[in-house]
Amino acid sequence: MIIGLDVGGTHTDVVLVGENGLERQVKVLTDTSALFQTVLTGLEKITENIPPGRITHAALSTTLSTNAIVQNKLPPAGMIVSGGPGIDPEAFRTGPYYFPVSGSIDHSGKEIQPVDAGEIEAIAAKLQSDGIRHVGVVSKFSTRNPAHEVRIGEILAPHFDRVFLGHRISGHLSFPRRIDTTFLNTSIYPLHKKFFEAVKESLKQKGITIPIYILKADGGTMDFDTSIDFPGQSILSGPSASVMGSVAFAPENAETIAMDIGGTTTDMAVLINGTPLLSPLGVELGRYKTLIRGLNSYSIGIGGDSAVRINGRVLTIGPDREGPAMAFGGPVPTPTDALFVLNRMQNGDRQRAVQGIEPIAKALGLSVEEAANTIFDQACREILASAREMINQINRKPVYTIKELLEGYQVKPSHILVLGGPAPYFTRRLEELSGYATEKVPAWSVANAIGTALSRTTCEVLLFADTQRGILLAPAESHQESIRSDFTKKDALRIGFGLLKKKAVDSGASPNDLEMDVLEELEFNMVRGFRLTGKNIRVRLQVKPGLICGYKKIISQICDQSVNEV
Amino acid sequence: MLKAKHKTGLVFFPAYDWAISATHPEREERLLYTQDQVLEEGLLDIEGIIEFKPDLIEVKDVQRVHFCVPDELSVMTKSHFISAGGAKTIARAVLEKNIERGFALVRPPGHHAMRVVHGGRGFCNVNNEAIMIEYMRKEYGVDRVAIVDTDCHHGDGSQDIYWHDPDTLYISLHQDGRTLYPGSGFPDELGGPTAAGATLNIPLPPYTSEEGFLFVIKEVILPVLEEFKPEIVVNSAGQDNHFTDPITNMNFSAQGYADLTRILKPDIAVLEGGYSIEGALPYVNVGVILAMAGIDYTKVKEPGYDHEKLRQSLQITRVIEQTCKVVLENWRNREEIRRRMQADKKFDERRRSIFYDTDGLHETQNETLKICHECSGALKIVSRCDTGNSILAVHIPRKACKTCRELGYSWYESADPKSNNMIALQDRTTDTYQVRQKKDLKR
Repeated sequence: MIIGLDVGGTHTDVVLVGENGLERQVKVLTDTSALFQTVLTGLEKITENIPPGRITHAALSTTLSTNAIVQNKLPPAGMIVSGGPGIDPEAFRTGPYYFPVSGSIDHSGKEIQPVDAGEIEAIAAKLQSDGIRHVGVVSKFSTRNPAHEVRIGEILAPHFDRVFLGHRISGHLSFPRRIDTTFLNTSIYPLHKKFFEAVKESLKQKGITIPIYILKADGGTMDFDTSIDFPGQSILSGPSASVMGSVAFAPENAETIAMDIGGTTTDMAVLINGTPLLSPLGVELGRYKTLIRGLNSYSIGIGGDSAVRINGRVLTIGPDREGPAMAFGGPVPTPTDALFVLNRMQNGDRQRAVQGIEPIAKALGLSVEEAANTIFDQACREILASAREMINQINRKPVYTIKELLEGYQVKPSHILVLGGPAPYFTRRLEELSGYATEKVPAWSVANAIGTALSRTTCEVLLFADTQRGILLAPAESHQESIRSDFTKKDALRIGFGLLKKKAVDSGASPNDLEMDVLEELEFNMVRGFRLTGKNIRVRLQVKPGLICGYKKIISQICDQSVNEV
Repeated sequence: MLKAKHKTGLVFFPAYDWAISATHPEREERLLYTQDQVLEEGLLDIEGIIEFKPDLIEVKDVQRVHFCVPDELSVMTKSHFISAGGAKTIARAVLEKNIERGFALVRPPGHHAMRVVHGGRGFCNVNNEAIMIEYMRKEYGVDRVAIVDTDCHHGDGSQDIYWHDPDTLYISLHQDGRTLYPGSGFPDELGGPTAAGATLNIPLPPYTSEEGFLFVIKEVILPVLEEFKPEIVVNSAGQDNHFTDPITNMNFSAQGYADLTRILKPDIAVLEGGYSIEGALPYVNVGVILAMAGIDYTKVKEPGYDHEKLRQSLQITRVIEQTCKVVLENWRNREEIRRRMQADKKFDERRRSIFYDTDGLHETQNETLKICHECSGALKIVSRCDTGNSILAVHIPRKACKTCRELGYSWYESADPKSNNMIALQDRTTDTYQVRQKKDLKR
């Protein structure tokens, strides 16, 4: 059996899934100020009276790092960046311990100016005297030639607990994003390490020694050891838990919008033939733009508990939540109260819901029922408008070849899958308004935790080869080799798939789960002085986000269970 | 956090699957390293810099500008529709005020494409800027436009298209035509008798550097623009004046290009040539984009750049000063020059021979312009190409008077079908293009 745990803004959902489907589910209130306790309580409740030997592993999606970023509570970290020509790296400052240094490499990987070891030593001394224990190093074009980062890393290594190098994160180009991402990894590292070591230790004390997996922003997982090297990958795993919770139910030959309607927000993403769409470069969070692979997810501040207000005759929903619905003792009316007024929800105080909606009805000149309908409709319409905006943004993405432009592939979803607490109440109206086939996901209220439990380990490899210089480079894999002038794209793909397989297995993937594909393959003739002098090859490969082998049996059990419930 | 002072739009279309031939300068690889640099610098993440997907132009957008022989689809590849489409996308975003300025980083280029197109010349088949400008005029009612062509090669195509248009100021600065393709662009090329002075050419000696380029911009181009008062300034932004360009001989730099852009403040820049794809383009483009957006670019310097070493000689400075004097004089005397050229003539004739280097063709043209005092005059072109195609083309300008319009139609209707394979009419007053006959045209 597998434990899946997803920390949400309001609740933390924990499930135990196995051959018999959903074996157990638990909801505990999230205490953001005591996240460790929340997670531990969830794990304790879900494992109560379960023989430890029956649990194979646990997959966790927490808000630990996301919260630290959003609440500006990141521990200090040193950053050493070398930019060379271009925008002044001062523009990308991450905090007080940020040091632009000399040295530069050009776009082809040629060294323009060497590293000044003395300069680095001096900064190291300063950081040490300020008590900084963790340092990130980024040089421009380190993904074309990591030598400067490696050299600076060597100088720093003896003096610090941990040094993070930019090129290890991703082979993508973007110096500012590499700086942000390296900084996040460096800064989150001590928090992340302490937290998960404590989780492991607590489980161990209960006799549970199982591998721990951590959900990433791209909807895949990584094992604990990998997460220590790339703690930043754990940010924004919440939306990916939701999306992965709907993957099993998405039609295979259609495009689907997955929507998780929560208390405060609705998160959504697109699934193409059952595979979630990734954001082109990396996720953004707070002021950070990163190279962290992530789902192309969108969030709108409308959920079941969003505050409903009236200003003159203008009705607004969200984007904030002041508390639960009035029917549950909250302070302001919410879409959930509208559902109570309409008698679609029970087990709460309908009278309080009516009281909450009454002033709005008066201002709009409507009956309370009509006002409730208007509120509910507006919530549905705003969610759908935001889904349309997400689709437009995806379809506006520029392409760089004639073939892609003329083929003009456009995302055109025809299905919506809804999960989250209020899912059953929204499904019908969303279908009426959108015209898309809309369904709620079985076990909708814990589908996110089920998704977390069943997600496979994912990763990406980016390869760059230049036959003129005779080099092949997979920067994030620390892989570099000499190649002959007759090296081709086919060779690059072969080497790439080998590296990808190794990386996936090293990150905890089961060899049965290596569903790999090519994201990008480009080959250019290099011409110098009107003569063909070489080839420039770029290849990008991934293990796709998806569910682990054997998920179908578990899911079909969950479906049967949910049919029986109804 | 970096933020653009001027909201700037970009269309980046490197056409990674299009080349004139495998080792041609205009090949797939051309913008590869520029893209690498633009991505690594993170320019597209800067607030206020927005990337757009290019639209495709339509055949009717081409027909406002060109007479394509035998037809548009035969002389254009898909990439031409996208490249000109990229310029159109930027124009639309500027005019709809979604952006303040924009840069179409597209290939293939276009400024050597003339009004009549039998094939490719100077790596160009259709004129991206002209197609964009005529689209702006049709869809947005724009009238006065200036093109400042800073490509190292004289933009003889743009000059040809606007030779008789007093509402389009075409100013080119380029390497002296005696030393470089296409061998034209001398100060005495001023436009036709009804538009003289709206074409200005400033040839620069080989090895002109930052100093010389910026002198011309400040001393000639800015004052002329000030007086011409265009609604839109278009920069035909060739990047082949760079000191590392393999097919030219100038000493310009990334800093220089960025300065030029900052001072000129074009509303729209459209990429033209530039073939130092590793040593120049990545840096020049980053400099130009930052300058357009109003962001500091002083640290954008290409490897090997040495301001002192690139300095131009005193003699070059003298030559440039002298040329500028002549050009400004011509500009000031443009009315007088027009009168002199018109004299008492009813018609003006121009006979030319045009070489298509890219496609290896030769064309001869006889042009007849009605000298009109009400408008810029109806234009008739008789063109014979060594493909065997001969055509008669009539252009009725946008603001044509009734008489010139009627004259245009009578030329079109009375043309002899026996001596022309194709007879075509471009009536800009009604935005129509028609072909009366098409027979035995060779492709």
